Amino acid sequence: MSDLVADLLAGKHSALARVITKIENRSAGYRDIVSNLHEHTGSADVIGVTGSPGAGKSTLVDKVAATYREQGDTVGVIAIDPSSPYSGGAVLGDRIRMASNAGDMDVFFRSMSARGSLGGLSTATTDAVTALDAFGKDYVIVETVGAGQNEVDIVRTADTVAVLVPPGSGDDVQMLKAGILEIGDVFVVNKADLDGADRTVQQLREMLQGRSTAGHHGASDTEAAAGNDGADSRGAASWEPPIVETVATRGEGVEAFIDALADHSVHLDRTGQRQQQARERFAAEIRTLLREDANALLAAELDRQGGLDAYVDTVVARETDPYTVVDDVLEPLRECLEESDRR
Amino acid sequence: MSVEHEQDERTIRCLVAKVGLDGHDRGAHVIARALRDAGFEVIYSGLHRSPDEVVQAAVQEDVDVVGISILSGAHNTLVPKILDGLREYDAFEDRLVLVGGIVPDDDESELREQGVDEIFGPGASMDEMISYIRKHAPER
Repeated sequence: MSDLVADLLAGKHSALARVITKIENRSAGYRDIVSNLHEHTGSADVIGVTGSPGAGKSTLVDKVAATYREQGDTVGVIAIDPSSPYSGGAVLGDRIRMASNAGDMDVFFRSMSARGSLGGLSTATTDAVTALDAFGKDYVIVETVGAGQNEVDIVRTADTVAVLVPPGSGDDVQMLKAGILEIGDVFVVNKADLDGADRTVQQLREMLQGRSTAGHHGASDTEAAAGNDGADSRGAASWEPPIVETVATRGEGVEAFIDALADHSVHLDRTGQRQQQARERFAAEIRTLLREDANALLAAELDRQGGLDAYVDTVVARETDPYTVVDDVLEPLRECLEESDRR
Repeated sequence: MSVEHEQDERTIRCLVAKVGLDGHDRGAHVIARALRDAGFEVIYSGLHRSPDEVVQAAVQEDVDVVGISILSGAHNTLVPKILDGLREYDAFEDRLVLVGGIVPDDDESELREQGVDEIFGPGASMDEMISYIRKHAPER
């Protein structure tokens, strides 16, 4: 198993691919792998790209990756597509758009199925980003499932989030709604050559002017600033998301988009927000893992006690109630904790 | 339902690749759809891929099955290049390589010798292909 980690760190593509597979399948040993990779991460800039289906995410990502390659940087891409709620299968078609980087092994492109997850990412995405980061990619781009209004998980994985809004995305009330439009650090009006692009830009601009906090990453400003030197740094910490117009199929506006991403990256470093974000992200990750593992422990304990059925029977018969059952099941756990506290 | 189902058994990943100057992909689409409905994850390459691109996709996506669709008759040139590429990246041994399309009998044995696991010609049924993949998908 550690061979795989060593091979990955040595730059072997098939090892990186296999590590991501193990992460996706949650197969035996994946936790050790991710643990071992963690110390090698932290150098990649993670960019999230989200937007409605057909907005041009894949095409734009392709052009951005090619531009980074021209600058001499290496790129990892994770593109997530939905999975079937019936068969669990999926057709992952984002790769078709990666024409500019065909045959270039230094763009590591990986398609992932959402595998039933609803937030626009798969549960394994964060760990897959870890693998690409440890592999030494300068940029990791995460392309979400074609998102509607509320697929905002990308915020928990990416340093910078770009939201693609195609022309004709609805009237100005759509722009008022909570959700995806709140999470953008950079907005992209792709297909800017279509009718209605100007209007969409205008609506976005009005929406952005009307909002008090500077995007999702700005929402935590208060804490970041409190750690620094008060009100001044708070002012400096506010980020006004730019609106970039692109025609991804022709590569128009890609440079401007990349500049906007770079500006945000500089902003994150200057204000200390990158560190703050990382702290929040790790805290969230630890919480999630704790919840999952505690659940697993409890499930095992329940099995040992003969499963839920007996409890359900007594609750149905009104001999006891759900709260008492939970108290009973957790009693041994509580005792253990108290005992270890006393020691 | 699907989530639990996936935890029981590993999800099989398949690459459906169109290689060379063959512009007919209706068949590849039908196959991609059928594999999806069988619960597999399917990566479709798109048309006109070079052998290098197919290798790149097969390695990076870490697929269990590399399905190559060729109707142009260039299989004797293109398929060996893909096989060599897979070996170069240490990605040949634990992968099924399938060829679909029109392959004359004489060429079939040659391709098998080079490392193709199975060849599905005209008239092969989807069920046949799916159960073949289920049965032979490599242990990992």
